[in-house]
Amino acid sequence: MNRRDSIRSLFLGSMAGGLALESCISASEETINEKIWEYQYGRTPEEAARDEKLLATQYFENTEINVITRLASLILPPTTDGTIEDAGVPKFIEFMAKDFPGLQTPIRGGIMWLDNHANRHFDNDFINITEDQQHEILDQIAYPESKGEQKQEVKFFSLMRNLVMTGYFTSAVGIKELGYKGNQPNVWDGVPEDVLKDHGMSYDASWMPKFVDQSKRNDMAEWDEEGNLLS
Amino acid sequence: MEIIENEKKYDVVIVGSGAGGGMATKILSEAGLKVAVIEAGPYFDPANPAQQTQLKWPHESPRRGAGTTRAFGEFDMAYGGWEIEGEPYNQVGDSQFDWFRSRMLGGRTNHWGRISLRFGPRDFKGKDRDGLGENWPISYEDVKPYYDKVDKLIGVFGSKEGMYNEPDGFFLPAPKPRLHELYYKKGAEKSGVKVMPSRLSILTKRINNERGICFYCNQCSRSCSVYGDFSAGSCLIFPAQKSGGQVDLYVNSMVREVTVNDEGKATGVLYINKEDRKEYRITGKVVVLAASACSTARILLNSKSPQHPNGLGNSSNMVGKYVHDSTGSDRMAFVPEMMNRKRYNEDGVGGMHLYSPWWLDNKKLDFPRGYHIEVWGGLGMPSYGTGFDPNSLNKHLGLKVGGYGNGLREDVKKFYGSVMGMSGRGESIASVNNYCEIDPTTVDEFGIPVLRFNYSWSDHERKQARHMHETFEEIIHNMGGVVLGDKPGADKDYGLLNPGRIIHEVGTTRMGSNPKTSVVNEFEQLHDVDNVFVVDAGPFVSQADKNPTWTIMALSWRTSEFIIEELKKQNI
Repeated sequence: MNRRDSIRSLFLGSMAGGLALESCISASEETINEKIWEYQYGRTPEEAARDEKLLATQYFENTEINVITRLASLILPPTTDGTIEDAGVPKFIEFMAKDFPGLQTPIRGGIMWLDNHANRHFDNDFINITEDQQHEILDQIAYPESKGEQKQEVKFFSLMRNLVMTGYFTSAVGIKELGYKGNQPNVWDGVPEDVLKDHGMSYDASWMPKFVDQSKRNDMAEWDEEGNLLS
Repeated sequence: MEIIENEKKYDVVIVGSGAGGGMATKILSEAGLKVAVIEAGPYFDPANPAQQTQLKWPHESPRRGAGTTRAFGEFDMAYGGWEIEGEPYNQVGDSQFDWFRSRMLGGRTNHWGRISLRFGPRDFKGKDRDGLGENWPISYEDVKPYYDKVDKLIGVFGSKEGMYNEPDGFFLPAPKPRLHELYYKKGAEKSGVKVMPSRLSILTKRINNERGICFYCNQCSRSCSVYGDFSAGSCLIFPAQKSGGQVDLYVNSMVREVTVNDEGKATGVLYINKEDRKEYRITGKVVVLAASACSTARILLNSKSPQHPNGLGNSSNMVGKYVHDSTGSDRMAFVPEMMNRKRYNEDGVGGMHLYSPWWLDNKKLDFPRGYHIEVWGGLGMPSYGTGFDPNSLNKHLGLKVGGYGNGLREDVKKFYGSVMGMSGRGESIASVNNYCEIDPTTVDEFGIPVLRFNYSWSDHERKQARHMHETFEEIIHNMGGVVLGDKPGADKDYGLLNPGRIIHEVGTTRMGSNPKTSVVNEFEQLHDVDNVFVVDAGPFVSQADKNPTWTIMALSWRTSEFIIEELKKQNI
């Protein structure tokens, strides 16, 4: 299938192939206070101290974390590629609420809205209603209007979806699933031939002499007086 | 409070360790002079594992790369940002000047885009073309030998193009373009927009045995641990120390003022040590200011004495005047043909592999000067924000936006690498009405009076930004792409970013031959005080549409040679 056909095919069938959903609230949610200092990546002493302080406190109640976890796994149900737990999504959301305090009230209030709504319509908290009932609620808040004001519960869901998606796709399992191949030493020598062909692209013959000859990258650079590279 | 005297007598005291200060440190110390470098931030070496962020994954961080403490994301190698706690700056009236400061050895050279463009012959003589602003007192021919030397010392890749105002240099070979860059090339050339390999100070080939070669991780903004890109620490200051130069580094030291003797000549500087918060005096025969255009202006204006009641070098009242930044505006495109891309390692070097230099003749345009176009996109490393609005692009395909469930995984994978962007970076006209000055109402946490900014864009810049968006839209259309976002209108200054945002602020101590209308002479020497020099971007008369770093270094080298000669002749 060439590029144009594959693009066209997107307009035809639905893309989504949802897998069977399992309950995925972990019984033994680790408490954040017990966390050891696990992050080492070039923080300044001031930044490290700030992070340690944030990591030593817990913002969300455990019951709230359970709702966040449940909601996250409804947004991104588990597959063999990875789960929101594999990706550390609940822990990430807990941290971000402390890192960006502006997230705290919208998330806490949004969780209350979910429970209020579930109680009114299904006589139980969000976490305790059936999956079909949970879907019924999400269907009302998961599709923002294309223009104009969004209701708070819709904004809340969009916020949670953003955090869940970014938490997942910045995790090890998410990056693997996305197929990102970099962040390692290598030698770039242009777009692979088959990709160029697939996109109807090529490197201009007149440009080729401008490009690095990777077999000579280790040879010391030398120029003539006009700036022509000799080595 | 008692001032603590430093017993050591230096030949030269250099304030700031970025591009200008780094170059002065290397040239002056290698000439045998005893040099003190005073840096407001901590010691930094990109090869130090405790400071390194290069090759870290987003999941090694609890915030996954979010920019809470660093404006360009937490792996970006700039300690500082638009706001620094304890070091405020203010605005006059409606001004919105954004001032980016890095407090660390090497300064902003640790995270910059490495775009290393020479000013061309026209760029030094803008007034000759359109009557606006002022000409430089020097020409391209004066600076060319130093650009050549900088190319060979630091390394810059590029290609010989033979364009009059984009002078060729001593280039390392260029990396091949990425896929989105080929789309851009196709679209731009259809519109008659010149496209050529970019010119970045990244080693695509060995230049000496002290620095490693680029291994294509795309992370120059994190500062390279093998010194494969240019940073002032790794390429200038450390080599100066290793080659046996007498270089003493004073880090975490915030310079308050330049001290003078009874004759009004500089004797050294006063600084506050951030660790013990005490005031120190350090003396030298020559003071070289390289604190960044605005910080240098601040130091000069705060250096008031009976001999220089208006601040040092400010008899003309010109210090702080003519501050100007590049114009900037950006636009994004969705390219449906780049959906569902085959995956491969497309990191490449940090930044673009090709770009468009200014290509038009202003005679046919309603604005002066020009802009270049930078290009971005590709199969980049995910970071905080990846996956936000995971399927908003579906609206361009007639598909549902929003929802939940595993379809979202497919959406993110489908769109990965299909969005790219363009950034216009152009020349503004320096104006005496745009300035920074001391705000007498505010001090920083070290008790030093701070700056306030007065800055407004004119129609020259607004019309240039409007032209950028017209160009972007045409190129995107030619590429088969979908323009994202609405075209910014007059109410939004046509998308023109706040002054300061492009971090090319220059011009606060401008160069000229007339001491009444300029602060330094053509050797960046204060007209008023012959043993004080400014080697950051303060002396720039105009900033072209070129990134200032290469010119800062060429001029700093030229000035350093002048200082060496003048000291030999005992003129200063």
